[in-house]
Amino acid sequence: MNAPKLDYALLAPILIILGGALIGVLVEAFLSKTRRAGVQLVISFVTLTAALVQVIRIRRSGSSGAAVLSVSIDAAGIFIQGTILVLSLVALLLIADTDNFTAQASAIPGSSQESVAIQAGKQQTEVFPLTLFAIAGMLLFPVATDLVTLFVALEMLSLPLYLMAGLSRRRRLLSQEAALKYFLLGAFSSAFFLMGSAFLYGYSGTLTLNGIASAIHTSGNNNVFLLIGIAFVSVGLLFKVGAVPFHNWTPDVYQGSPTPITGFMAACTKAAAFGATLRIFYVALDGAQWSWKPLISVIAVITMLFGAIAAWSQRDVKRMLAYSSIAHAGFILTAVVSLNSHALSGALFYFVVYGFATIGAFGIVTLVRDSSGEVGDVNRWIGLGKKAPLTASTYSLFLLSFGGIPLTAGFIGKFAVFSAAYESGNIYLTVAGVLSSAIAIFFYLRVVVMLFFQNPESDSVSVVIPSVMTRIAISICALATIILGLFPSLLLNAADSFALFTR
Amino acid sequence: MDISNYLYLSAALFTIGAVGVVVRRNAIVVFMCVELMLNAANLAFVTFSRLNGNLDGQVASFFTMVVAACEVVIGLAIIVTIFRSRRSASVDDASLLKR
Repeated sequence: MNAPKLDYALLAPILIILGGALIGVLVEAFLSKTRRAGVQLVISFVTLTAALVQVIRIRRSGSSGAAVLSVSIDAAGIFIQGTILVLSLVALLLIADTDNFTAQASAIPGSSQESVAIQAGKQQTEVFPLTLFAIAGMLLFPVATDLVTLFVALEMLSLPLYLMAGLSRRRRLLSQEAALKYFLLGAFSSAFFLMGSAFLYGYSGTLTLNGIASAIHTSGNNNVFLLIGIAFVSVGLLFKVGAVPFHNWTPDVYQGSPTPITGFMAACTKAAAFGATLRIFYVALDGAQWSWKPLISVIAVITMLFGAIAAWSQRDVKRMLAYSSIAHAGFILTAVVSLNSHALSGALFYFVVYGFATIGAFGIVTLVRDSSGEVGDVNRWIGLGKKAPLTASTYSLFLLSFGGIPLTAGFIGKFAVFSAAYESGNIYLTVAGVLSSAIAIFFYLRVVVMLFFQNPESDSVSVVIPSVMTRIAISICALATIILGLFPSLLLNAADSFALFTR
Repeated sequence: MDISNYLYLSAALFTIGAVGVVVRRNAIVVFMCVELMLNAANLAFVTFSRLNGNLDGQVASFFTMVVAACEVVIGLAIIVTIFRSRRSASVDDASLLKR
């Protein structure tokens, strides 16, 4: 019997991140509390950069057999991994501001134990290794090509996020509640994903995506096991991307989590989960498209319309961004339904664009505060443009990019996705997409008007001076949004050349 | 015995778990129901493994067990923390996050 052959160069990005996370755990256990934050930050940066360098080095040498039949580091997989690493690096700059995280997660909120920990400056920094573990899962999820690896990667990225959602320093009850909701609903949806995997296995007799594709090819697709499998796996995936019947967790979790974590999970989880969704539907279930395409199309339309409309009635800034992220999930779902390489490259471009704007927007949310912490109420943001023109205009830039105003990157992303949908003959999807974009644009413009053209009601809100790293993170996001809007071909060409799943 | 009976049992367990998640109010019980769903999937994996005549499904069920164990660690940590802060593990009490 031969030992399985592993291609370590291709797997290196994931392994580097896992190694860094383990070192982070050791640092957390053995280093004195005063020096931890700095050391952890350096470790996280070094590992993420090393992994990114390795991803760039292997960019042209992808292979579908990196780990026997379980992992396929192909062109699209490499692009998604690169995207996730770049976005994580930017998000890490926000996470580096440990002021946002509770000093001791196990202490009861408001207890003397907690205040002692805060006064002594005993900041625990477990958030860094947790972030790295989550990133390792995110890197594995879009390149996994068998159902077990997919499930393990899904849990690997979710479990650290459940904990990170509960680490907020202020409004800790809310944060813990977000962690509980995220955990229970996340575990619920993973169970659906697993049951679906079991039925796909029962149908095809194999766990690999290629095997499922060839089973659909040879034995026909009108099989109850296959249909149950597709339905249940879709539920699990649609939950992770936050599509409409399964979106309920999104606003609560986005609102309750510490804001840097919200930015990180909104941007990176979405890229990873959509990467895996695209791979499963493009590679494994392509042959059975008549059975899932109508349903996923309907879900895409409902998701974008619901996200755009529900955002109107929100009073909280983070909930508003959450509903906007639901709408964006709908836009990217059109790429899943389109099933062509233009749609795939559009989706790849969209991940980058949406990710930068999201991290930037949540970065701004961390800056607008009163004495008790971040100000969530939208009405108290009124007139912010007069107090802090730069912050308000950067925030407006991100909102306009979300809305898809020309000359911002968001416009190009939407154009790429919708034109691919039109090309593949799903004209109603294009119409619904443009319609819900229009609804969303009015909503985003309303916020911009509130920021600049209305007089402030209260004076207790102020914009804190951002730390150097937060400033760098927001600047990178703003620059990327502008540059990719003015010169989209820089990235569009790359996305085009990487838009391929190796079967 | 007809092997499809195992699938019916698996489907029944999964349904009991799913209904339990929706109707029960205690976080621990909800969590137990999720575990029941995972184990129902395990039973389906093993049954299909027998039906298909290969061992992939049995291997998958081992992975599921390990993942479920990790989930217990994370889940109980979250539930215990929330119980200590509000002296209740009821899902209904956790309703601060409303619009």
